[in-house]
Amino acid sequence: MKIDIILCGVGGQGILSIASVIAEAALKNGLYMKQAEVHGMSQRGGDVQSNLRISDKPIYSDLIPKGEADVVISLEPMEALRYLPYLSKEGTIVTNSATFENIPDYPQKEEILSQIEKMPSKVIFDVDQVAKEVASARAANIVLLGASIPFLGGISYDMVQQGIRDIFGRKGEAVVEMNLKALAAGKAVADGMK
Amino acid sequence: MSKQLLLGDEAIAQAAIDAGLSGVYAYPGTPSTEITEYIQASAEAKERNIHSRWCTNEKTAMEAALGMSFVGKRALVCMKHVGMNVCADAFVNAGMTGVNGGLVVLAADDPSMHSSQNEQDSRFYGKFAMIPIFEPSSQQEAYDMMYDAFEFSERMGEPVLLRVVTRLAHSRAGVVRKAMKPQNEISFPKDPKQFILLPANARVRNRNLIEAQKTFIAESASSTYNKFAEGSDKSLGVIACGIGYNYLMENFREGIPYPVLKISQYPLPVDQIRAMAAACDALLVIEDGQPFVEEQLTGLLEPSVKIKGRLDGTLPRDGELTPDNVGLAFGFKSKSTFTIPSVVQMRPPALCQGCSHRDVYEALNEVVREYADYKVFSDIGCYTLGAMAPFRAIHSCVDMGASITMAKGAADGGLFPSVAVIGDSTFTHSGMTGLLDCINEKSNVLIIISDNETTAMTGGQDSAGTGKIESICLGLGVEPEHLRVIIPLKKNYEEMKSMIREEINYNGVSVIVPRRECIQTAAKHKKQAAKQ
Repeated sequence: MKIDIILCGVGGQGILSIASVIAEAALKNGLYMKQAEVHGMSQRGGDVQSNLRISDKPIYSDLIPKGEADVVISLEPMEALRYLPYLSKEGTIVTNSATFENIPDYPQKEEILSQIEKMPSKVIFDVDQVAKEVASARAANIVLLGASIPFLGGISYDMVQQGIRDIFGRKGEAVVEMNLKALAAGKAVADGMK
Repeated sequence: MSKQLLLGDEAIAQAAIDAGLSGVYAYPGTPSTEITEYIQASAEAKERNIHSRWCTNEKTAMEAALGMSFVGKRALVCMKHVGMNVCADAFVNAGMTGVNGGLVVLAADDPSMHSSQNEQDSRFYGKFAMIPIFEPSSQQEAYDMMYDAFEFSERMGEPVLLRVVTRLAHSRAGVVRKAMKPQNEISFPKDPKQFILLPANARVRNRNLIEAQKTFIAESASSTYNKFAEGSDKSLGVIACGIGYNYLMENFREGIPYPVLKISQYPLPVDQIRAMAAACDALLVIEDGQPFVEEQLTGLLEPSVKIKGRLDGTLPRDGELTPDNVGLAFGFKSKSTFTIPSVVQMRPPALCQGCSHRDVYEALNEVVREYADYKVFSDIGCYTLGAMAPFRAIHSCVDMGASITMAKGAADGGLFPSVAVIGDSTFTHSGMTGLLDCINEKSNVLIIISDNETTAMTGGQDSAGTGKIESICLGLGVEPEHLRVIIPLKKNYEEMKSMIREEINYNGVSVIVPRRECIQTAAKHKKQAAKQ
């Protein structure tokens, strides 16, 4: 089993929390994993990404080679497109459709969505909206994680649920419950699109 | 013990604690910051009374660590690669004095400049100081090296340099810990002259250090971190350094036909390399950063040996290694199917909405544009982002503290108005001495210390000068009537603008301190207060 995931978005959107939940789930299940992330200057409202690699065999490179990512998980639709060279031919994009427009030359939203529509395998929906409906706007990243579960290979729904309990446990039961609800809502959206 | 999910930085921090560390000394700098932060947050470190408070700059850090080594304790100094420039005097001379307690200098290099102004390779510093260098290829290796490095340093009698790069420092993997070692008791150097680098003593130390090179090379040759693997295809021999080894193996997941020498400890094991060169038609050097090994090989090997790497264009001359560019070096084609649609725009980092630096630049821009030939010299920190739209407010960003001294030099050269913009943490790091130069010459400069009461860019670490900026300025000799403080908020714009105008027009040194807490740390503090 080997799965390569690119997580992306805009600094501050919470992609690193998604990464830590999946990583925790992988490690608990005896899998090898590597997760490269960006800190420092790049976090100030710029584009951010994390490479997450999971395998049942030792992993060498911290970075995913181009054309080998099984899934690109993005909290922002333009950011999803930025990492297309890394996506494998059979790979899937799971992305938020809600834009984050903090640059003066942000393109027309329709143009971005039409580019995503062209992709052979994708899940796209308004993650922010779903998060607000079922949990809280802050849980948008976990909704997106839920929608990604069908594409995470050997990482099951149960494993991710446990990962959420492990990562958010110290913040209290209410936070865990809210995130589990967000996760379930995201998964339901992806299942409905199949 | 079971595997723990740790960043490379965190693995190093945990290993240092486990290896009997007594003090970590550091100034924050990406990608090294998380090492010290991890030790600051560690309950075990607290229990062991490990020093972990931030230092004013890398030089004070390096010297304090040397002092701790002097009394026999184990010390770690951490910095980003450009910090090595700041502490170079202390660092190179620590090679001359040698150590008593184990001393490890960690330099985190940033190839591709994810968050830096250059991609200098710290291994050159290690060679310059003639001390052993370790360069891990994985988080576990980083842990293991750090765990053994204090003892190695004590055995060699020299500091050791541990060199990592961003992709190791900021990548997480499962790491297995080892048993905790005791901390050292206090003890003094056996040779009372060891740390007194008078020329007569220094000559002796220098000869000892030169003599020790043989031992260091022998250690590299027998090191388990430097691994040779035989290969059947001798058309090429591969020398892969640090994480370069990972990208090599990533490209040969089913096995590699060429002989491979993995290098993770320096000085270079010369004999192993010569043997490999003799057996192979050509050598390929894969190293992240500058062509440190490749350049040395030209001196170590016969001119007839073909050496490939960053210098002959087999690998790119600049930028970090990736599995893709290493694959290309072997002629492997990219598996990319999709390209980035042209609709995608760059999304550069920006100052946060509500950031105090925004208000400072808005007011400053309005005033300086009243003058024909103004220039604004800036510095290293969040406020460097004032170079971007919509502000486009600054004309320089070079090194920590350079804003003040460059403004002085430009004023000396006839520029008016000559303005410096520097942050509070950068000011105490390396700006204070430049301010003294300005005062001693009554230079015609305006210095804006944009004080957000933290070291913001690296994530909000304590700033050495918090609460002391005015007294430092007055102590250095700034005239009280030309040291002015203001809260940078919209409601104070007019006041701030006239303050800037008045101080530009004053022929001498003026300091304006716009002070408002970083909105990121303010939010953090608010959250903490709500919890209590």
